[in-house]
This record gives sequence, C-alpha cells and structure tokens, in this order.
Amino acid sequence: MKGKITAIIVVIIFLIIVLPSTFYTVPMTQQVIITRFGKPVGKPVKTPGLHIKRPFVEKVIRFDKRILEWDGDPNQIPTKDKKYIWVNTYARWKITDPLKFYQSVRNEMGAQARLDDILDAATRDYITSHVLLEVVRNSNREMETAENELELAADIKAPIKWGRDKITRQILKKASKIVPQYGIELVDVRIKHINYVKEVRTKVYERMISERTRIAEKYRSEGQGKKAEIEGQMEKELQRITSEAYRKAQEIKGKADAHATVIYAEAYNNDPEFYSFIKTLETYKKSLTKNSWLIISTDNDFFKYLKNMKGK
Amino acid sequence: MQVFQWKKSGGSNPQVKKSWIIGIISGIFGIIILSTMFYQVDTDSVGVITRFGKYIDTTQPGLHVKVPLGIDKVVRVPVQRVQKEEFGFRTVKAGIQTEYIKGRDEDVSLMLTGDLNSAVVEWIVQYQIGNPVNYLYNIRNVRSIIRDASESVMRKVVGDRSVDEVIILSRREIAQESKDQLQDMLNSMGAGIHIVTLELKDVNPPDPVKPAFNEVNEAKQEMERMVNEAWESYNKIIPKAKGEAEKTIRQAEGYGLNRVNRARGDANKFLAIWKEYNRAKDVTKRRLYLEAMNEIYPQIEKKYIVDSSQKGLLQLLNLNEMGGKK
Repeated sequence: MKGKITAIIVVIIFLIIVLPSTFYTVPMTQQVIITRFGKPVGKPVKTPGLHIKRPFVEKVIRFDKRILEWDGDPNQIPTKDKKYIWVNTYARWKITDPLKFYQSVRNEMGAQARLDDILDAATRDYITSHVLLEVVRNSNREMETAENELELAADIKAPIKWGRDKITRQILKKASKIVPQYGIELVDVRIKHINYVKEVRTKVYERMISERTRIAEKYRSEGQGKKAEIEGQMEKELQRITSEAYRKAQEIKGKADAHATVIYAEAYNNDPEFYSFIKTLETYKKSLTKNSWLIISTDNDFFKYLKNMKGK
Repeated sequence: MQVFQWKKSGGSNPQVKKSWIIGIISGIFGIIILSTMFYQVDTDSVGVITRFGKYIDTTQPGLHVKVPLGIDKVVRVPVQRVQKEEFGFRTVKAGIQTEYIKGRDEDVSLMLTGDLNSAVVEWIVQYQIGNPVNYLYNIRNVRSIIRDASESVMRKVVGDRSVDEVIILSRREIAQESKDQLQDMLNSMGAGIHIVTLELKDVNPPDPVKPAFNEVNEAKQEMERMVNEAWESYNKIIPKAKGEAEKTIRQAEGYGLNRVNRARGDANKFLAIWKEYNRAKDVTKRRLYLEAMNEIYPQIEKKYIVDSSQKGLLQLLNLNEMGGKK
C-alpha cells in the first residue's frame, strides 16, 4: 500500500517537472530556437503550436516574429545644395533568421544599435548626394499659388529626377544588402520628418514674409490702380454726358431757330416794306426812352402840321 | 506533505477520508476547468482564439466555450471601436469646449512644402481594426506604425504642394490623398487597420510668418474697399450728371418751343395786321405811325423841334449838359 502511493507520487512529481520541460508552445507572434547547453540545435521553429524538445538539456529562446519598430534620432544633414536640414527616419524590420540573429546581435537591443549605424549612414549618404528639392518633393506635379501674381521661383519649378520615394527606396535597398547577415529583413524605411535647422528656418521665414509683403503691396497698388481706372472712367463718362447734352441742346435750339426763321420769313415776305415799317415803329418805342434827346426838324412828317395846316 | 498528515490523523477510517479528499480536489479542479471553459465577447469586439499559441478561430460577440486550462486562449479585439490619433496637437479635455495643447508637437506639425516654405499642419486619423488576426500577429506596435506612417505620408503629400495649396487651396485633396496612401502603406505591411478618416485640422503658416499672411488679407480687403469707394463715387456722380444732361436737353427743347411759338405768334400777328392794312393801306399806315409817335413823344423829356430852314443848330445846344449826363 505504502509503496504504491509513493510510486504514484514519484510519477506525479516527475511529470510536473518533466512535462513543462518537454513541451513548449510557440505563439503566433513568436519564433524560437532550441539550444543544447548553449549550442543551437536544429532549425528555428516558426510554426505556432505545441512542440516537443528534450527536457532539461535543451533550452528555448524566443524571438518576435512580427514587424518591429526602429525610430532613428533626428540627424542634421547638409543636402547637395548645402542646405542644412534635420532628417528623422523610421524603419520597420523583422527577424527572418532567428539563429543568425541570435548569433550576431543576440537580442533586439543589439539589432537596434546595428540598425542605427546602418540606416543613419545610408540616410546620410543619399541625402547629401541630392538637392533639397529632390528630398522634399515626390513628383513633378505642378503647384498652384493662391495669388496668381506670385510666380514660383525658377529653381523651385525645376523638375526633379528622383523625389522622396525613390530616395527612400534607395536607402532601403542599400541597407537591405547589409542587414541579412544579422538575420534581419528591412520591411520599410521612410523619412518621417524633414525640417530646416534653426538658422535656416529664420531665413526661410524672412523670405516667406517678404514674399507675402510683396503680394500685399501688389494688392494695394492694384487697388489704387483700379480706383484710378474707375475715376478715369467716371471722368470720361461725365464729359460724354455733358457734351452729348450740350450737342443735343444746341441741335434742338438750332432747329428751332431755323424753324422760327422760316416762319418769320414766310410771313414777312408777303410785304417786306410793311414789315420794316411796323418793325421800325416798334423799335422806336423800345429805343426812345425818357432820357433820350430828340431833335426834330419841322419838315418831319409828324410836325408838318405844326407850321401850317397843309402840311407843306 | 499535507496528504501524509491527513492520512495519519484519519487513520481510523481511511476509506471515508480518502473519498473526501478526492472530492475536494476534483471540486477545485472542476471550478478551474469551468471558469476557463467559458468566455464572453463584448458587442464591440471579436474573440481571437489560439490553441497552444496557434490561431484557430475568430468568434463573434456572445458566450462561447473553449478548451480549458490555458490550452485555448482568447484575445478580445475591439473591432467596432473607432480609435483616434492626433498629430501636432493633443486634446487635453474633450467636451463641448474641447481644450488642446498646441505648438508642443512642432516636430510633428512643422513641415516643408514643395516650394520650400514651411507650414504647420495639424491633423487627426481615425481608424478601426479591420482584420483582428493581422492586427494581432503581423506588427508588434500597430499604434506606432500608424503614427509613423501618417507623419511620413502627410509630409510626402505636403512636400508636393505649394504653401498656398497647403494652407488655402487644397486641404480636402491633401486629406484624401494622405488617407489613401496611408491605407496602402498599412495594407502593404498587413497591419489589419482600416482608416476611417484622415482630417486636416488647423493648417497655418509658422507663427513668425502669420502676420505677413494676415497682411495679405488686409491688403486684399483694402483693395476691395478702394474699388468700392471708387464705384460709390461713380454711382453718386454719374446719375446726377445724367439728370443734369436731361435737364439741359429739356431746357433746349423748351427754348425751341418758345422760339417757334413766338415766331408763329409774331408771324400771325403780322399777317393779321397786314391783312387789315391791305384793305386800307394809306390810312392804316398813317394810323400806325401816329399811334406810335403818340406813345413815344410824351416819354421823352428833352425834345427840340427845329425849323427846317434853321442851320447850325448844334451851336445852340448845351453840349456840356449832354456830356454831363453821360
């Protein structure tokens, strides 16, 4: 009885200790290598699920299988056209050969340090061998400006040959040649930030300000120009209106005068002699006034009776 | 060890004690099994099930059964929930009056435009987990890849546009293009993320340049004001001038009517008199003459009637008086 129980207990204890050391699971996110007394054995295990190894003597070392981060420090790099910029890149990578990885860089920390060197160098190489515009722009898309007057400078309109995407592809390509020896594959490299260094920034701001001031000035003078134009148009319109009115008025008056003349002529032509008689009398009435002096001879028609009745 | 102790103390009735112990052990065992056998998935999530670490199934919301004792494991992934990332600013307190921290993230928001100017661009990305399996197993820190890729894409899109386009003209296109490129980038890595929206928030020139941009707006308004003022005075003066012109023309017409009517009147008057005159020419002529004289002579104060034989009259006249009158 006693021996039986002891036997059962021994078996249970044995299982409790041995089982976990024999079976191990590989989660979806991991891959493992097996080492025997520190020496790697067999192929890395990448398939998830339950696996068996030799207990006690073999050890499981786990590595992430997923895409991992790498974020570079911002680097101050001059471009080919001697413009100093901050460039901050990021990359994504994964461990493709855990064994190589383990042997060459040991762990992720080691890999990050290696990637720092490789990617920083590749970035620097490609940035310095291109002008700023090539790094900033990505295509030869035609850019618009809000103020039509604002012409883009010729060096900015210059077509690019590379563009950011191609340059980052080059960086990726170059780095990808180096990293396999560490059991790493680079999935992606991108430029996250590009900014001017502080001193350049101030200058760029100054340029932007002067550009805007120029536009503002242009609007102001355009305003004045338009105002003058309207005023000129007004002046012209004014002259046209008054002169047209004058012309029409004179025409009307002239016509009326002519008409009147015809009327007079028609009437007076009946008897010019009588007309002049009547008109002369009327004129006398008007021109001889209180203050006139009248010296008349007695042989005047009016006074012919003054001397004698016969009037002779 | 405990087993031994119990065995010793319950030596009198070992059979009963044994079954009691077995009962407790199997009870505890049962509770453990039951508690790890059922699991619940909330309505906004799905459950991703792994057996010995290997993916086997995705389950929908509700109560489910799995293999207990840690053999099957469940990870709940909130696929319905829309998550948000902010770039260039940070919401401190969301609400009716949402508070933001601005300007802290200048590294994120300050970028170069295609005309080598600078702009401060702030934006948000809203996303959902589209494929929970990819989301869990392909990328280690999905949030950080969303952030990095967003920043990279936004810079790329802005880098192909002038500062005017970024700030004023094509905000919508920038958002759309960035969204598409971001989605492509995430897909290419199998991130399992679905971008719901990418929305531009404040897009400004850098602070030191802002006053200059405002100046342009002011100048634009000033221009409009000047033009308006000019039109205003135009509209004030021209109609008035038109009115005056009309007046001149009407006056001329009035003058014309006046002239013609007067002419007609004069002519008719003359014709009337002339008609009468024709009937008795001599008498009428005399009458007209005398009537006229009758009117004229009484008015004139200084009259000198000189005999027709008299000569050298002028000597008699007091010319000084005449001159003095002048």
